[in-house]
Amino acid sequence: MHLHFLDPYQHRASPVHALDARVKFVLTLAFILTASLTPVAAWPVYILLLAVILSVEILSGLGVGYVLKRSALALSFVLAALPVIFTIQGQTLFTLPIGAWTLTASVEGLERFVSVALKSWLSVQAAIVLAASTRFPELLQAMRAVGIPRLLAAMFGLMWRYLFVLVDEAMRLMRARAARSGRGTEAGSRSGGSVAWRARVAGGMAGSLFLRAFERSDRIYVAMLSRGYDGEVRALPLPPFTGAGRLSLAAGLAFLGLLLIFGIAFWG
Amino acid sequence: MLYSPVQPMHIPDGFLSTLVSIVLWVISAISVAYALRRVGKDLGERQAPLMGVLAAAIFAGQMLNFTVAGGTSGHLLGAAIATILLGPWAAVIVMTTVVSVQALIFQDGGLLALGANLFNMAVVGVAVSYFVYTSIQKLARGKSWGVFVVGALAAWFSIVIASLAAALELALSGTSPANIAVPAMGGIHMLIGVGEGLITVGALTFLYAARPDLLHIGEAAPKGSAAVWTGGLVLAVILAVLSPLASAHPDGLEWVAEQQGFLDTAQGPLYNVIPDYVFPGITNEAFATIVAGIVGVVIVFGVALGVAYVQRKRPTT
Repeated sequence: MHLHFLDPYQHRASPVHALDARVKFVLTLAFILTASLTPVAAWPVYILLLAVILSVEILSGLGVGYVLKRSALALSFVLAALPVIFTIQGQTLFTLPIGAWTLTASVEGLERFVSVALKSWLSVQAAIVLAASTRFPELLQAMRAVGIPRLLAAMFGLMWRYLFVLVDEAMRLMRARAARSGRGTEAGSRSGGSVAWRARVAGGMAGSLFLRAFERSDRIYVAMLSRGYDGEVRALPLPPFTGAGRLSLAAGLAFLGLLLIFGIAFWG
Repeated sequence: MLYSPVQPMHIPDGFLSTLVSIVLWVISAISVAYALRRVGKDLGERQAPLMGVLAAAIFAGQMLNFTVAGGTSGHLLGAAIATILLGPWAAVIVMTTVVSVQALIFQDGGLLALGANLFNMAVVGVAVSYFVYTSIQKLARGKSWGVFVVGALAAWFSIVIASLAAALELALSGTSPANIAVPAMGGIHMLIGVGEGLITVGALTFLYAARPDLLHIGEAAPKGSAAVWTGGLVLAVILAVLSPLASAHPDGLEWVAEQQGFLDTAQGPLYNVIPDYVFPGITNEAFATIVAGIVGVVIVFGVALGVAYVQRKRPTT
């Protein structure tokens, strides 16, 4: 079994997919940076940024539903920002008595909380569009183009290449455990043994996964040697930068820059 | 069965202020660049495929969970075991690879926040693991029990200290007040760390039985490790002391900012590093207890380490 479902790339024939990966990579980072720098409570800017990312989602053919569903998974972290509603002092919005304590929510606190949640939601959508519309080798090229050291890029490439193989191994280990140690099928039923015993089994599985990885890397090394590996990590030269790519990059950066200036000028 | 994208340690975009993100990006980039140089210099060409495949194994190993109770499960994060198997420099590269691919492909942690996540997991996680591991390993003097005790402690400390770093970053960004973020993150990860510790020991037990040569028991430490050891000690102490302090006196962060003259520049949103926290009438004894617990554990560990060192030196002199 091969775990292609892990790969978030979705093939579509869209202008977003066809765009140079370097342009997409830089624009995604610029979009996230813009969202991060946008002042608290600059609602029109947030709405414009949301309009931009929604249009890109529609243009890419991925569909808004797909991106929103995936972005919802990453949003549980928002709980971490919830306390600011009550800890920032300002105009009282409502009070919430909990036992002996009284929590006072402020308008300023709520504005900050909503801003953080929006920034996070916008950023994760941009990252999802990048990952879903760009093949990993192209992403790797983009990273090399922005100056990631070659050894690190080679690590990313190797990890990606063997990720699916090792996830397969891990799933085989889990299937073997499920078959042998009596996993309960009803909800709430305990699987066998004490917690320490279960932890030891899981640990043994992790150990054997690492051992298999060590042994596999020996075989990979020998295979690389037989193909002329001499310790130097080599990669294909980057493809030339087209005029269309340059234009989209400049237009995208200029637009995000304008949005940012607009936001800081009026709400900063 | 599927890879779960939500881990409390990976900070998404939007939660850190731009300044905190960029400063941590710079620190992480310098650390990773240095680690890359060291790996390139010290280790053979065989290391490249090994690191890549182990990064994949750590990613896949995060799927191997075990149920603890009531729907929660323990699973592996990997900084400690990578440090034990590969040494500190290669472990930094492996963890950098894992955390970056998680952020880039699976949106597990943000891209602008990636610098902070790398700092927490690849730099702090590895340095603290290495510090704990080598300290106790020396005391065990190559005996096998050392590997297991140390594996558990290294895993636990690396996760708890890394989570304190994450909590402080959130507090500095004004996203989550220190007296809530520190005990909450610390408390959750003190539990998660137990799971990590148990799995790490299980994995080390297996490897000790199957391939003891991989664990380098009793071998001399690689050159330059003293710097990592010191770095781990310093990071652990600073974070363990600073976060309860920040938590007990949340206004302390603001005081520091004032002393540094940050507040003058903090008027614009671009430099809004430290916002105003005020805690009207919240007397959180439960949180204070958790913080006291963290401090207690750190003190106990320090005392134990000191006593053990004294014990160790006596026969040699």
